[in-house]
Amino acid sequence: MSPRAAWQLEALGFTQVHDYAEGKLDWIAHGFPVEGNGPHFAVAGQVADRDAVLTCKVGGLVRDVADSLESVPHHYCVVLNDHDVVLGRMRKKNVQGPPDQEVEVVMETGPTTLRPKEPAKALLERMKKKKVPEVIVTTKTGRLIGAVTQEALEALVSRG
Amino acid sequence: VAVRAGTRAALAASDGLGMPIDISARQLRELLEQQVQLVEVLPAGEYEEEHLPGAINIPLKSFTSENLSQLDRYKPVVVYCWDDN
Repeated sequence: MSPRAAWQLEALGFTQVHDYAEGKLDWIAHGFPVEGNGPHFAVAGQVADRDAVLTCKVGGLVRDVADSLESVPHHYCVVLNDHDVVLGRMRKKNVQGPPDQEVEVVMETGPTTLRPKEPAKALLERMKKKKVPEVIVTTKTGRLIGAVTQEALEALVSRG
Repeated sequence: VAVRAGTRAALAASDGLGMPIDISARQLRELLEQQVQLVEVLPAGEYEEEHLPGAINIPLKSFTSENLSQLDRYKPVVVYCWDDN
């Protein structure tokens, strides 16, 4: 809808027209503030926490990931390339092999990810049903945004 | 106001040409520091529920010259709706 509006303004002689085509849903997913009487739409991106995700890089060694998994409460490590794109996941079962191997040799490929615009309430219900405590959130191009937990979604949904 | 290169390029590209420029959320945040005219083109009910800070509402179905006269056609204007689908 907004592209048509933008072109209509252009046709009417407006000289500096910008189209935020990703729109209000994208804005909300970034966690940016909104105004209005509500109800407010809740999406996963609002509670995606980058600091809650343990990450490692392609080319890193299994030994280092194993040490990280031992020293922090995380139960997995997200494998990223130099563009911050999620390529895999390392869990404790993946670090049992030779410590000098590179992570991409033993990582789980294609971990499930979802987009920040995912409606929070429906996602929470699915996670509860499937007993998934946490999911990875990426951009549509695969770049890591963060992780979303059931607890964070619960709090978000209850705020209304 | 400090403006990133990408936003400057977007503004420059639109100067005089009139062609609409697609922008991201982060570019919009920078533009908002320059007091652009921000317009939600969704119906009034959706605007009243929630809208971006500082946005006014001119539904696309009401895009008449009269309704658009509240905008300055020589200053930057940003339009948005719900999403890109």
